[in-house]
Amino acid sequence: MPPDVMALDFVGLKKEFPGVRALDGVSFAVRGGSVHALMGENGAGKSTLLKILSGAYQPTSGAVRLGGAERVFASTAEAIEAGVAVIYQELHLVPDMTVAENLLIGRYPQRGGFLNRAALRAEAARLLALVGEDISPDTRLGRLSLAQRQMVEIAKALGRGARVVAFDEPTSSLSAKETDRLFAIIRDLKSRGHAILYVTHRMDEVYEICDAATVLRDGRHVVTHDSLAAVTRDALVKSMVGRELTNVYNYRPRPHAPEGLEVRGIAGPGLRKPVSFQVARGEILGFFGLVGAGRSELMRLICGAVDPEAGEVLVQGEKLPGNSPRAAIRAGLVFCPEDRKKEGIVAIRSVAENINLSARRSHLVGAGLFLDLAWEKRNAAEQISRLGVRTASPSTLIGLLSGGNQQKAILARWLSERVRVIVLDEPTRGIDIGAKSEIYALIHDLAASGVSVVVVSSELPEILGISDRVFVMREGLIAAEFTREAATPEAVLHAALPSGSIT
Amino acid sequence: MSSPTSLAASSIQSSRFTRLWDSAGMLLVLAALFLTCSLFVDNFLSVANLRGLALSVSTIGMISCTMMFCLAAGDFDLSVGSVVAFAGVLGATVMNTTGSVALGVAAALAAGSMIGLLNGVFVARLGVNALITTLASMQIVRGLGFIASDGRAVGIRTAGFFDFGNTAWLGVPLPVWLTIACFVIFGVLLNLTIFGRNALAIGGNKEAAHLAGVPVVRIKILIFTLQGLVAAFAGLVLSARMTSGQPNTSLGLELEVISACVLGGVSLSGGVARIGAVVAGVLIMGLVQNAMNLLNIPPFYQYVARGLILLGAVMLDRFKSRR
Repeated sequence: MPPDVMALDFVGLKKEFPGVRALDGVSFAVRGGSVHALMGENGAGKSTLLKILSGAYQPTSGAVRLGGAERVFASTAEAIEAGVAVIYQELHLVPDMTVAENLLIGRYPQRGGFLNRAALRAEAARLLALVGEDISPDTRLGRLSLAQRQMVEIAKALGRGARVVAFDEPTSSLSAKETDRLFAIIRDLKSRGHAILYVTHRMDEVYEICDAATVLRDGRHVVTHDSLAAVTRDALVKSMVGRELTNVYNYRPRPHAPEGLEVRGIAGPGLRKPVSFQVARGEILGFFGLVGAGRSELMRLICGAVDPEAGEVLVQGEKLPGNSPRAAIRAGLVFCPEDRKKEGIVAIRSVAENINLSARRSHLVGAGLFLDLAWEKRNAAEQISRLGVRTASPSTLIGLLSGGNQQKAILARWLSERVRVIVLDEPTRGIDIGAKSEIYALIHDLAASGVSVVVVSSELPEILGISDRVFVMREGLIAAEFTREAATPEAVLHAALPSGSIT
Repeated sequence: MSSPTSLAASSIQSSRFTRLWDSAGMLLVLAALFLTCSLFVDNFLSVANLRGLALSVSTIGMISCTMMFCLAAGDFDLSVGSVVAFAGVLGATVMNTTGSVALGVAAALAAGSMIGLLNGVFVARLGVNALITTLASMQIVRGLGFIASDGRAVGIRTAGFFDFGNTAWLGVPLPVWLTIACFVIFGVLLNLTIFGRNALAIGGNKEAAHLAGVPVVRIKILIFTLQGLVAAFAGLVLSARMTSGQPNTSLGLELEVISACVLGGVSLSGGVARIGAVVAGVLIMGLVQNAMNLLNIPPFYQYVARGLILLGAVMLDRFKSRR
C-alpha cells in the first residue's frame, strides 16, 4: 500500500434514525500502523460509527474506505470478510463452547463432512500464540477471566484476517496489569501495520497508547489531531464538551420548599458506598455520569425496583412503607425507567391502557370492584391533549407510536397520579429535539407545581440545562456535587471521568 | 386496470371488512360453520343434537375461561385435565364416605384450588417455568387420582348429587347454564375489573407492569388458583353427569382447552384476550366434532381434523397480524 493511502477512511458519513441524526457528515482517516483514539461524550455518535464500520448499520449517505477502496457493508459478515473487526465491551463469544470452537466458529475445518478436531486445535493454538496467550484450546470459554476472553476475541479477529481492528472501551473492566497486557498486544498489532481505532473516555490511555485522536460531538466531527504531542488534555476535554447551551431547556428559577425526597444511606448492587441526599419540593436534581457509573442502579433502589441492602427513602417526611414500585407509587414516588421498550410501555396494549395502568386503582366504582370506564376514557383524553401525545386515537397500540410520544404517554401515566417525587432515567434518550424541549417544559412545570424531580442523563448539556443542582456519579459513588452556578461543563465532565484519567 | 376512484372505494370497503374481521372474525367463522352444518348435515339442527353439542363443550368451556386468563398473563396450565379427574374422584370418595354432597363438593374445590395455588407459587414466586411446573403437577395430580381411586371408577351413591349434571332449566341442561355463568363472570372480570386489565398488562410486559405498581406475583398466583378451582368445579359437574368419579377421564383436555383459546385469538405470548372470541373458539371446536360424529367420520380422522383446524386458525391469525 502506498504510504499516502489511508488504511481506513470515513467519508462524509451520515446516519439518520427516525427523528434523530446520529451522525452528520463525519470524515476522518486512520493510518495503517497507528492507533487512533475516537472520543466524545455519550451520544456523540461513536457507537453509531462503530456499528457502521462493523456492518451492523448502513449509513444514510457517505462511505467507508479500506485502503482507498470504497466499501459498503450490507452485513457484519461482509465487514469481517473485508478484514474489519470490532471488539465490543460485551464480547461475542459462547461461554459453553471451548476456546478453540469459539476461535474458529463459522469456519470449522472439516474432513469428509466431519469436524477435524486435530486441525481445529492446531489452528486455535496458532491464533492464541499470536496474542501471546497461554491457554489450552480445549478450555471451556466460560472458565476464562474477562481479560482472557478479550484476548480470545482479538485472536479470533486476527484469525479472520482483520487488518482494521476497532476497540470499544476495552479496558473498562480490566485491572491495571491486564490493561498493560492489552496495550502490549495493541502495540504489536500496530507494529505489524494494522490500523486501530480506539474508543475510550480515559485520557491517560489516549496519551499512553494512541498516536492520533478524533473528537465527535452531537454526531459531528469536531477535530482530528494527527499527532497528540502538541495537544493538552484540557484542549481535548474542551473540544468534547465545548458548545453553547441554548434555551431549549427553558430554565427558570423556582421557589423550593423543604421535605421533598430524602434518601438515607441507601446501599445495594452497583453502589460502592451508601448514598444519602435530599431533593427539595420544586427542585430539579440532575445526575450525570458515564454509562455504568451506578446512576440507574441508584434510581432503581430508590424507587423499589430493586431491594436495597440498607437505608431508607422518605417522601415528604414519610418513610416508604415497603420495597416495591407499588409502595413507592402509593407514596407518590414514581419512576420512568431508562429502557422505555423493555420496562416502560406495554407495547401490545393501547395508549389509553398504558396511561391508565397505574392510576385506575384510585378510580374504581361499585364498592371498588369495577373500573370506572368513564373516568378512564376522560383521563386518557385529557392527558393526551395536555401532553400533546401524537396518536391517531387513544385506542391505538402504543407500540406504534414514535419514541417521543411513547415517553409522553409514560409521563401521562404518572401525571394521572398524585405525584410528589418523579425520577426520570434518561427521559429524552432516542427522542427528537422537538419532543425533547416539550419534555423539558413538562419537567419544569412539574417542579414549579412543587414536585421534587430527579433526572438521570448521560447528556451533559441536558443535565446542565435543566438542573438546579448536579450530582456526578463515578464508579458506584457520588463523586461530586455542584450548584447550578458552579456546574461548568469542564468541571462536571472532569468529575465524571474515571479516576486518574485527568490530572 | 381499475380507475383511481374504484381503487379508493375498494380500499374503504376492505378496511371496513378488516375492522369487522378484527373484532369478530371467529364469530363470523362460527356463524358460517353453523350455517353450513345446518344446511348439509342431517339431524344437526335438531333440539336433541344442539343440546348434546352444548353439553359436550361444557367442560372445555368452563376451563377455557380461566385458561384465557392464564394465557393472557403469559403463562400456561397443563394440569387442568388431571385436576378434572382428581376432583371427580375425590368428590365421589368423600361423598361416599360421609354421605354429604356439600362435604364432597367442598373437598374437591379445596383440593383444586390448592393445586392451582401451588402451581402459582412455583411459577410466580419461585420463578419456575410454567410449562415445566404444570407438566409436573399434571402428572402428580393424575397419579393422585389413580391412587385415591385405586385406578377404578368410583360410583357415586349419593343420588342428590346427580342433579348437578342431569337437571335442566328452560330445556337447557344445568352444566350448560353453569358454563354460560362462567363465561359471564370471567368476561366481566376480564373487561370490567382491574384484575383483568392487570393480567393483560402482565402478559404484555411483565417488567413494565411491575414498575407501574401492578402486583405481578399476587395476580399470577390468583390466576392459577382460580384455574385450579374452576377445573375442579368442571370435574365435579362431569362426575355428576357420569354418576361416578373416573381417574382416567379428560386425558389431553388441557390441549383442547388451549386450542379453543388459541382459536379464540388469545395470544400465547400474552397480553391479548377477548371473551367473545374464546366462546366462539370453544363452540367451533365442539361444532366440528359434533358434525364429524353425525357424518360418521371415524374418531381416528377426527384427531387429524382438529389439528388441521387449529393450524388453520393460527395461520389466519398470523395473516391478520401481519397486515
